[in-house]
Amino acid sequence: MTASDDRSGAGRGGLNRPRDDTAPLLSLRGVTVRLPKGADRGFALQDVDLDLAGGEILCVVGESGSGKSLTATAILGLLPAPRVRLERGAICFEGEDLAAVSPARMRAIRGARIGMIFQEPMTALNPLMRIGRQIEEVLEEHAREMRREDRQARVQALLQEVGIPDPPQAARAWPHELSGGQRQRAMIAMALALEPRLLIADEPTTALDVTTQARILALIKDIQRRRGTGVLFITHDFGVVAEIADRVAVMQTGRIVETGPAGQVLNAPQHPYTRALVAAVPPLRPPARGPATFGPPVLAVQGLEKTYRSGGMFGRRRIVHAVRGVDFTLRQGETLGIVGESGSGKSTVARMLVHLLPADSGRIALEGTEIRGMARGAFRPLTRRIQMVFQDPFASLNPRRRAGDLIAQGPAIHGLPVAEARARAAEMLALVGLDPASAGRFPHEFSGGQRQRIGLARALAMQPAVLVADEPVSALDVSVQAQVLRLLADLKQRFSLSLVFITHDLRVAAQVCDRILVMHRGEVVEAGETGPLFAAPQHPYTQSLLASVPGRGWVPPAGEG
Amino acid sequence: MSPAVRAYLRSPAGMIGLLLLLAVLGAALSAGWLFPRDPLSLAGRPLQWPGQNPRLPLGTDNLGRDIASFIFHGARVSLLIGLAASAVAVGIGVLVGAVAGFYGGWVDDLLMRITEAFQTVPNFILLLVLVAVFGSELSVITVAIGLVGWTAPCRLVRAEFLSLRNREFVLAARGLGMRDARLILGEVLPNALPPVIVYASVVMAVAILLESALAFLGLSDPNIASWGNMIGAGRSVLRAEWYVSAIPGLAILVTVLAFSLVGQGLNDALNPRMQVAA
Repeated sequence: MTASDDRSGAGRGGLNRPRDDTAPLLSLRGVTVRLPKGADRGFALQDVDLDLAGGEILCVVGESGSGKSLTATAILGLLPAPRVRLERGAICFEGEDLAAVSPARMRAIRGARIGMIFQEPMTALNPLMRIGRQIEEVLEEHAREMRREDRQARVQALLQEVGIPDPPQAARAWPHELSGGQRQRAMIAMALALEPRLLIADEPTTALDVTTQARILALIKDIQRRRGTGVLFITHDFGVVAEIADRVAVMQTGRIVETGPAGQVLNAPQHPYTRALVAAVPPLRPPARGPATFGPPVLAVQGLEKTYRSGGMFGRRRIVHAVRGVDFTLRQGETLGIVGESGSGKSTVARMLVHLLPADSGRIALEGTEIRGMARGAFRPLTRRIQMVFQDPFASLNPRRRAGDLIAQGPAIHGLPVAEARARAAEMLALVGLDPASAGRFPHEFSGGQRQRIGLARALAMQPAVLVADEPVSALDVSVQAQVLRLLADLKQRFSLSLVFITHDLRVAAQVCDRILVMHRGEVVEAGETGPLFAAPQHPYTQSLLASVPGRGWVPPAGEG
Repeated sequence: MSPAVRAYLRSPAGMIGLLLLLAVLGAALSAGWLFPRDPLSLAGRPLQWPGQNPRLPLGTDNLGRDIASFIFHGARVSLLIGLAASAVAVGIGVLVGAVAGFYGGWVDDLLMRITEAFQTVPNFILLLVLVAVFGSELSVITVAIGLVGWTAPCRLVRAEFLSLRNREFVLAARGLGMRDARLILGEVLPNALPPVIVYASVVMAVAILLESALAFLGLSDPNIASWGNMIGAGRSVLRAEWYVSAIPGLAILVTVLAFSLVGQGLNDALNPRMQVAA
């Protein structure tokens, strides 16, 4: 506490921005934010101390609800007042205590001295304003004396700097005309417009594909190096931390539990929470597997095609080949991974397998029965044999049904008497590690990981031969993800389930899958056993995917379980 | 359930609306007990001002009918018409909107064109036509009001279904092999209902107003004690004995206001995004 008082005092004294290299660019001391009554904990942030030097990348890492994003919000003075307010603490930036400055001064600092990049570039950009104009607006707001031509030249230079191809074209584009990666580059250009000394990036690559993410991370690192900007980088992904961080601060429920140089925190974590988190990160190297002993084929797919046509009679007609000529065979007890970036067609394949989407052509043989083109009524009895687990644990459960009913309704539809269906639901809840007594609770009363277990129980209650899991752990925190993956592996073993596992996360794929299909733009570009495929990828796309995995050089130290 | 109830109780509009509605409901329930005589029968000398005769606290109209009795019995008719007509309107609206939104494609196109056909004709004109063709008994009027009011709930339900039908929980239920009827009724509809319930209160208010308008024109069932009928009867003496029209007018105002406020309260309770602002 005394140290914090010292710092904030010194900060208020030196308003003329001392360029002292030893003083940190940004330092937080004892920052505490109280949550309104009735929240799940008393404080959103509690005695947060952070130091960031100029030209340094500090990663604040934590799971959802750890307070990492709120830290950024507090620095920017954008806390959702009046319900959530800075209770005490000093936020010292270039010699000024941001906790004490006036709102007008704060506005002048935001954008000009501190740049921001957000997670979702589509929502952070105004959809009704051209990209160039949006960047110009920042200049207008903070550098009024600048002439119009100078401003426009500056916009071009900025777009050039963030690596957007054809800057004049991009400046004229509307936000929706750019890809996710280009939009994020535009956001970064906007954040850099006034050459801020500090850049706050809140999960800037989370919504992006892995290859795009790699390029954006490289860009941020490059800017930091060239301009000496300090970067406060907020992320949940230890791979990203390994890729970009100079120093790391680990947050848990509003407190900083560990800080240190990146190498130390990643490879020799001290705090038990950090150790557990790091241990939960799946290594990119596939575990050694014994010789494959799988049963007969349960699912055989040949020449699967799906094409979307959009545009009506008058508009431009657009044809998208979502899936082109996909073949694979899934044997009993096997886990087949389908990996790819967004738009690769992997989810479309999943939905066609479970008859949620009609395939245009090809064959899908489920235990020897051709199911493609089957009428919905004819397929209905077969839903018992193939079941799906969805990505979003919040959207995939009907909010108005109790957990027990959600699980029991499947068997009940297929003719199991209600009492028996309920008994099976209780059994399934126990199987996925939930208390059978929780059958009477509604989905919102469970955590994300628990909900995903309910989704799994719902699918397993049908006693399927094949389980199609579409990104089943992507929405979960890393520690919960590890638990669900362990459960899935265990269940697979016990029921000799065959699994089609769809994921964009190569780390997860490496751990879970026996065989992998790599999809790109609707086509399978490479297929093979996990070990050889990771060790020696053949197709250039697979190579670039693997080369883009953040922190690929880092092997997480094995935890003690 | 209880958080929604608590949110409703915290909404001032909802509470005022509920109290007004309870008052109207109380009038409807106590009408037979307080005024056992037929409200359409002669009660005394016509056109007595309110307060003039202690036996007739609200006076009499130009036909010598007891206005107080008329108001109390009229509450029954208004509530009945409000409930029944909105049940018809919401019923048709939910059915058409659910099918259109759930199936989409040409089914949706066809049903929406029919809906638009209804929407392009002004409500009241359509109501006049229906009453002119089928007569003006209470049951016919109720159904007719329902028939002119179903398009708005229909569009509402369709929009909800369009956004819900491809949610993962609906896909999951479909993946379990659930039949369409069960998907629509069991999975999608319960999640689509809250805005419809809110809107139903508006439909009720509109239904009461429509019946009053018909009665004012003398096109409603003359054999019932409806507020509109009394306003219509008072029309000829509007300049001198304005209270004959004003008192039932006030009753209509209170009832319509009650339904709207209840709707607002329901909106506060059932729409969690609005709750944050409160």
